Amino acid sequence: MSRFNAENLSLAREIIGRYPRPKSALIPLLHLAQEQEGWISEEAMREIAELVGVTPAEVRGTGTFYEMFHFEPIGRYLLNICGTMSCALMGAGDLLHAAEEELGVRAGGTTPDGLITLHRAECQAACTEAPCLQVNYRYRFRVTPDGVRELISELRAGSLADEIPPHGTLATVRQHIPADRAVGAVDPDEDTSPPSWVPVSVEGAR
Amino acid sequence: MSTTEETGAEPEEAIVEPDPDAVAITINGRSVTARRGDLVIAAAERAGDYIPRFCYHPRMSSVGMCRQCLVEIDTGRGPMLQPSCMVTVTEGMVVDTESETSKRAQEGILELLLANHPLDCPVCDKGGECPLQDQAFSHGPGESRYVEEKRHYEKPIPISDLVFLDRERCILCDRCTRFADEVAGDALIHFVDRGNATQVNTFPDEPFSSYFSGNTVQICPVGALTAKPYRFKARPWDLEQVDSTCTSCSVGCRISVHSSRDRILRFQGVDDDAVNWGWLCDRGRFNFESVHSDRRLADPLIRTAEGLATTDWSSALSLTAQLVRSALADGGPESIAILGGARGTNEDALAWSMLADALGVERRDARLGDGVGLDLLDLPRATIAEAAAASTIVLLAPDLKEELPVLHLRLRDAVLRSGAKIIEFTQTGSGLTRHAWRSIRHLPGVGAQTVAEALAEEAVAAQLASGPVVVVAGRANLAESAAALSERVAAVLSAAPDARVLSVMRRGNTAGALAAGLSGSAGAAQILRDAADGRIDLLVLLGSDPLADFPDSRLARTALARVGRIVSLDGHLSASSEQADIVLPVAVMGEKSGTTTNLEGRVTPVAQKVTVHGTARPDWMIALDLADRLDVELEVSDLGDLTSMIELSDDGRWTRPFGATAPTFESVVGTNYDFRLVLSRRLYDAAVSTAASPSLASLPGGRGLSVHPSDLERIGVSSGDDVKVIGSRGSVVLPVCVDDRVNRGTVWAPFNQPAGERSEGDVRDVVDVDASVTDVRIERLS
Ligand code: SF4
Ligand code: SF4
Ligand code: FES
Ligand code: FES
Repeated sequence: MSRFNAENLSLAREIIGRYPRPKSALIPLLHLAQEQEGWISEEAMREIAELVGVTPAEVRGTGTFYEMFHFEPIGRYLLNICGTMSCALMGAGDLLHAAEEELGVRAGGTTPDGLITLHRAECQAACTEAPCLQVNYRYRFRVTPDGVRELISELRAGSLADEIPPHGTLATVRQHIPADRAVGAVDPDEDTSPPSWVPVSVEGAR
Repeated sequence: MSTTEETGAEPEEAIVEPDPDAVAITINGRSVTARRGDLVIAAAERAGDYIPRFCYHPRMSSVGMCRQCLVEIDTGRGPMLQPSCMVTVTEGMVVDTESETSKRAQEGILELLLANHPLDCPVCDKGGECPLQDQAFSHGPGESRYVEEKRHYEKPIPISDLVFLDRERCILCDRCTRFADEVAGDALIHFVDRGNATQVNTFPDEPFSSYFSGNTVQICPVGALTAKPYRFKARPWDLEQVDSTCTSCSVGCRISVHSSRDRILRFQGVDDDAVNWGWLCDRGRFNFESVHSDRRLADPLIRTAEGLATTDWSSALSLTAQLVRSALADGGPESIAILGGARGTNEDALAWSMLADALGVERRDARLGDGVGLDLLDLPRATIAEAAAASTIVLLAPDLKEELPVLHLRLRDAVLRSGAKIIEFTQTGSGLTRHAWRSIRHLPGVGAQTVAEALAEEAVAAQLASGPVVVVAGRANLAESAAALSERVAAVLSAAPDARVLSVMRRGNTAGALAAGLSGSAGAAQILRDAADGRIDLLVLLGSDPLADFPDSRLARTALARVGRIVSLDGHLSASSEQADIVLPVAVMGEKSGTTTNLEGRVTPVAQKVTVHGTARPDWMIALDLADRLDVELEVSDLGDLTSMIELSDDGRWTRPFGATAPTFESVVGTNYDFRLVLSRRLYDAAVSTAASPSLASLPGGRGLSVHPSDLERIGVSSGDDVKVIGSRGSVVLPVCVDDRVNRGTVWAPFNQPAGERSEGDVRDVVDVDASVTDVRIERLS
């Protein structure tokens, strides 16, 4: 079930083909798996390992380094409430409490209906708009506890379906590169040209 | 730092340095000559200035992970703190490892590393030999300001059958994970999670089942990784140690044997530039357990009406002498044969070879039908270092990862770090296939033509011509005659006439035993054939077990049943020694001194560390005693005399010309059988050293037959089913498993595996040692 579906499997192959080394496609494929399932299962990691030719341990090791990959089931909506300094000073704690109360789960948990997962997040780089939160990585600025309650009821009612895609959708791996614009993969070992930003003078290079 | 100017100026004038690789640097105020490419940490250490470190390991790439090696380095822009394991020396560099700033940095890092460390030294196996403990003492601040709760993990979790991981003690130095990925190529452990939660771990349900896992325990700079056989057995200060050599295979890795209270407790790898670089395989590292196994023989045994019964040495030896005398009287020296000797020392082999010489016994062989032809040993022999430095390595060998694991590591390193190119000819694929420049599959028995054609290809010929070529030659398939290998080697040598050959043999001292003279007119197969024909009155088994180890089990069985008498010298009771008339218990490695010879011909010492078990004696002593009883003069009276007989050649190796001619290979015409059998060894098998080591005994994969998926489909059986394997001489029932690494048209079976719960047949029953290859048919059991 949590292996790539047919469409995503062929997309996975296409993504691998963009890189000189299959291993380089590891992170895009993790995104793809998360897009399909909302989270990354062990089975998905095994499949990615097979596809790019590394061990499952390497896939897990790489993936778990990144906060935005999830290795446990995540609801349709991931509510990230910032708890870092600026937001904390501006009342993020109240937001979290409001959310916990409204959802009936503690931070880190998912509602029993599988709709919403609540996380306390680190700084989301919107400190000037504190306190802030993200739903599936879409921002809400200067949020109040009432705002949180309202947001949750909108999510429950499904009225934000147009604005907020399901968890996992990041759009970056979706891009298809038209053949005439693809640069093609150059093996780093074969590429002898100097880095483009370094003007090289062989004469003066000593 | 006032010296910066002067040292910076001096080399400019003295530009006519004779050595272009010399780099003049200053360390702690002294001028030091380093080598180009040296890391500062290594150059300083050689100059006598030890810089504390955790992640740096001279045999692995530097990662700058722990920051413990920070020192002030001035390359002309003023002194700056830099990790000395990441910086290579440059002309005029000034290093201060002991400045206030360097010291403060080192103390700071140590305090940081200890912040989360449990400091459970009193119950930690590493305590007493722990780099963290030692360096906290020598380079640490002495006191910690950290009073908060430390991070907690479940105390040691098993990450494989052999290794436990205590994540609380881990300082995240990346040594184990780097080793697994970079050296062993088994990236089964990895850093997981991030920040404060970062930990070493495996993938769930995928243990760190690397053949090299024990090395991570040895190189872990803290007590985070521990090995099952040694856990809680001793404290480092109670250990005695002596340098020796592993003889579990013919690589001959250098080891240090550690014992306490007369028991061997562990082997540690010793870094030998020429051989193992400090690494060991897990079989070699952990099978010392078999030394103290209760399966060891303590006293001589003698056959009575009720079976084997304990006796004393003097009766056993005089009876043995009597058997020799009567065999000589009845059938002459031709009626006596000696099999084995490859598990003992050079001295053991020499003594027995001299005794055989004196008695005129010509039938002897240290190989057991699984070795390379003597003709290959006459070819110019390569060293491991030459193989690793060659531009082309031609592999005509079994899977080295399974048979000679540390040689596998050296060649893997040669490909990945020195750019050597491997051309592999293989019947099943191997651990080096993914690193091979060309991996050419061929059917058993049809190799030479394939080899010649593949090497004639333009790009390949150019590669062969581009630099030194080393051929690694060994029996990849024990169901195929040795002549096939000789023919393939000849094909390589005609394409690359200057190639040197490294012949690989499984048993530790095969090269030494052969050089000592345990190679006579008849090879093992001939000896067993003669025995089966009733022409052998007395068979002496020097630690060999033909019933378990000879590829053609029918021949071995008939031979041992028909032979007149059997005298077996063995450390443990084996299938063959159980059939002997006299069993003489011998000292095993760790219990005797002497020397051993590895596959290169390199002679290294083996050392006695513990008292021999029971009344066991070394083989050489038994030979000398027998000589006495038989009134033959051997002109040696002790171990030293024997050792001094080893004549090293100019390049420091012990070899001798055998003058053997290559056996002719009878080419195979098609048969009406369906599959050609590939029979090869795996690292863990039914060998007594593995079986009698509790930590290893469960590791062999067991018997079975691997078949390509589409072949399996064709026969109409599924993986796990039992099938009947029918050869020209009989049949055997085995479970099949699907394996897409097996070529279509061949089936692969592991050699000498322990029988499973379902009493499975032994695939060796269908092997015919007289045939060039073994063809079989497979039928489903209805
Ligand atoms: S387990 Fe040991 S070797 Fe591995 S990272 Fe931790 S401290 Fe280093
Ligand atoms: S490779 Fe061979 S010699 Fe080295 S440790 Fe393993 S068994 Fe012993
Ligand atoms: S602290 Fe909340 S966005 Fe930066
Ligand atoms: S030893 Fe240099 S950073 Fe670890």
